[in-house]
Amino acid sequence: MSYHAVLGGEKFCFSSLKQVLAYASPYRSGDELAGVAAPDPLLRIGAREALANIPLRTFLNEVPVPYETDEVTRLIIDSHDATAFAPVAHMTVGDLRDWLLDHEIDGATLAALAPGLTAEMVAAVSKLMRNQDLVAVARKITVRTAFRNTQGLPGRMGSRLQPNHPVDSLPGIAASMLDGLLLGVGDAVVGINPASDNMANAGDIVHMLEDVRVRYDIPIQTCLLTHVTNTLRLMERNAPVDLVFQSISGTQDANAGFGISLSVLSEAYMASQSLGRGTVGTNTMYFETGQGSALSANAHHGMDQQTAEVRAYAVARAFSPLLVNTVVGFIGPEYLYDGRQIIRAGLEDHFCGKLMGLPMGCDVCYTNHAEADQDDMDNLMMLLCTAGINFLIAVPGSDDIMLNYQSLSYHDIQTLRSLFGVRAAPEFEAWLVARELVDAKGRMRINPPGLFSGMIPCND
Amino acid sequence: MTDDPPLTWRGLQATTSARIGLPRAGNTISGAAVREFQYAHVRARHAVSATLDTSRLNLPQPPIAVESRARDREEYVRRPDLGRQLSDGSRESLPHGRYDVVFVIADGLSALAAQQQGPAVLAAVMPLLAGWRIAPLVVAHRARVALGDEIATGLGARCVVMMIGERPGLRCAESMSLYMTWNPRIGTRDSGRNCISNIHGHGGLSAMAAANSLAWLLKTARMRNYSGVDLKDETCTIGQTVRPDLHKMLSDKSGK
Repeated sequence: MSYHAVLGGEKFCFSSLKQVLAYASPYRSGDELAGVAAPDPLLRIGAREALANIPLRTFLNEVPVPYETDEVTRLIIDSHDATAFAPVAHMTVGDLRDWLLDHEIDGATLAALAPGLTAEMVAAVSKLMRNQDLVAVARKITVRTAFRNTQGLPGRMGSRLQPNHPVDSLPGIAASMLDGLLLGVGDAVVGINPASDNMANAGDIVHMLEDVRVRYDIPIQTCLLTHVTNTLRLMERNAPVDLVFQSISGTQDANAGFGISLSVLSEAYMASQSLGRGTVGTNTMYFETGQGSALSANAHHGMDQQTAEVRAYAVARAFSPLLVNTVVGFIGPEYLYDGRQIIRAGLEDHFCGKLMGLPMGCDVCYTNHAEADQDDMDNLMMLLCTAGINFLIAVPGSDDIMLNYQSLSYHDIQTLRSLFGVRAAPEFEAWLVARELVDAKGRMRINPPGLFSGMIPCND
Repeated sequence: MTDDPPLTWRGLQATTSARIGLPRAGNTISGAAVREFQYAHVRARHAVSATLDTSRLNLPQPPIAVESRARDREEYVRRPDLGRQLSDGSRESLPHGRYDVVFVIADGLSALAAQQQGPAVLAAVMPLLAGWRIAPLVVAHRARVALGDEIATGLGARCVVMMIGERPGLRCAESMSLYMTWNPRIGTRDSGRNCISNIHGHGGLSAMAAANSLAWLLKTARMRNYSGVDLKDETCTIGQTVRPDLHKMLSDKSGK
């Protein structure tokens, strides 16, 4: 179907809903790479005008990837909740944008609406929102999840401790984990990206994480971020698996590029649920996403990267995850070129994830070939904290020595707690107090490593 | 290291090059450490723009040099699609034959890594591949991982091993990855590859260890006639085969 808008007497025509969405997106390198970006800034504004006038119902009939050939489209359409959709069913995308910002629309209303919104509706409305709108609406939404502690409570912000090591040295990983715990980081998850996916190595890491957690009775969950089929094997071998991780994307083909399908995710979800390891909750899945993943797999089907990204959130919400985060600046400058594009995308991803009903976090990060630096990350972390993000990722001194990119430092989490008053998960906070790692003012002490000397394994 | 002598940051820093135990100023990091970080960042940025100098590979025979359709480093960074396609001239420079495997030394995002680690891994793996029909060595400029698929197709090789510079990090700007693809063809999915990453001399995987893992992967792939996520590394040593996930293969960590 074609769409159009008239601005200043000039008529702008668009050949499909997919094209309106792509042209309406803020400029970014990935859409240009895909050849779907608006060729001219005036066309971008024209597309936003056209998009504002499109009824939300249209998105139930015109899908960007065919229902017959894409299981993510089928998931989106088949799981759409018409009752939840009812309050906004008469609206256009433009109406929805203003309605979301209305004082009377609160978090409970938005939570009830989530199952009624499709990924494409959510992507669409985000394109009509400025950065402050993305922050203001996301801030209204609370998404609470739990496993061994409770994430997403109002006034709280979790953190993932990411102690990666270039050759998966157990003492090296443990040393980085110790540093993070002494700085009060890790309630969302202690999550390691293994350098190797050797199965014996994977088992060793999972057991080490479990030993540390049990030894010091820390109310956290641990995760080895390996392929879901590897985690299935670990569970078969009775390894102490808390969370199942997987990178996901917004089309069936892109997920095939990751070597996954909805059925293998379901299998892993069921297996993790059967373990019953959570103490205060049963959310067992952890997903990562990122704009550009579908294009990277040459499986974007002509969609702009932000629309494809929100479709990944539709995949995520089918599995009631504990944690979801975008790896926003990780995928590289060919998708998000500079700090400006990374910041905008980070705010979009957080907003869209929350509106979809997800416990959204972010890896505030950039690579060394992107036009960005730590100042851009400072800006994004403070904006996301204001937006009420569920959790942020942090690594020692901002430098991930295995993945070779820069994220936040453990210290940055303290800065945010101090600046914005956001606290760690209550169970973890109680542990920090009991271990006397915080002072009377709630600040992290200069804690010497000897406090947890048993954390470091003797050898590899 | 557990009880005696007591743990110190200095001792722990010997276990990892991660920036642990940094001195603090209030909540944040001390100024000296912040400035050191900024220095490392600029150095890594410089490594991205470096180019591959074939004469410094010290190869016994001159390799076949190919280039992608990306015309310079800047276009290479912005246009991964061009980095996955051979230039017209390069396509014609590949003599078609019948080979089991072709090795490609490729700049990726760190030409220095390929320059330092490529020849060393090659020298270590060759003795482990007796009886294999090995194609002439290819050196690829402004290359992404998938460029190897077209190279292998052009040469008539059943397998390609891309030895490619990873994106530079702050601690190490000279880290290389190996991507092994059995039955490569244009359009091969990332899930069809196996990867050995973090090959470098700053506490990373040694060239010898990488070569051992690679030989195992090659032999197993030949036996099963496939590579990728279904080829699990079940060796007892740290094998460094990497599954595709956002933090790995999808990323341009290795200039994909």
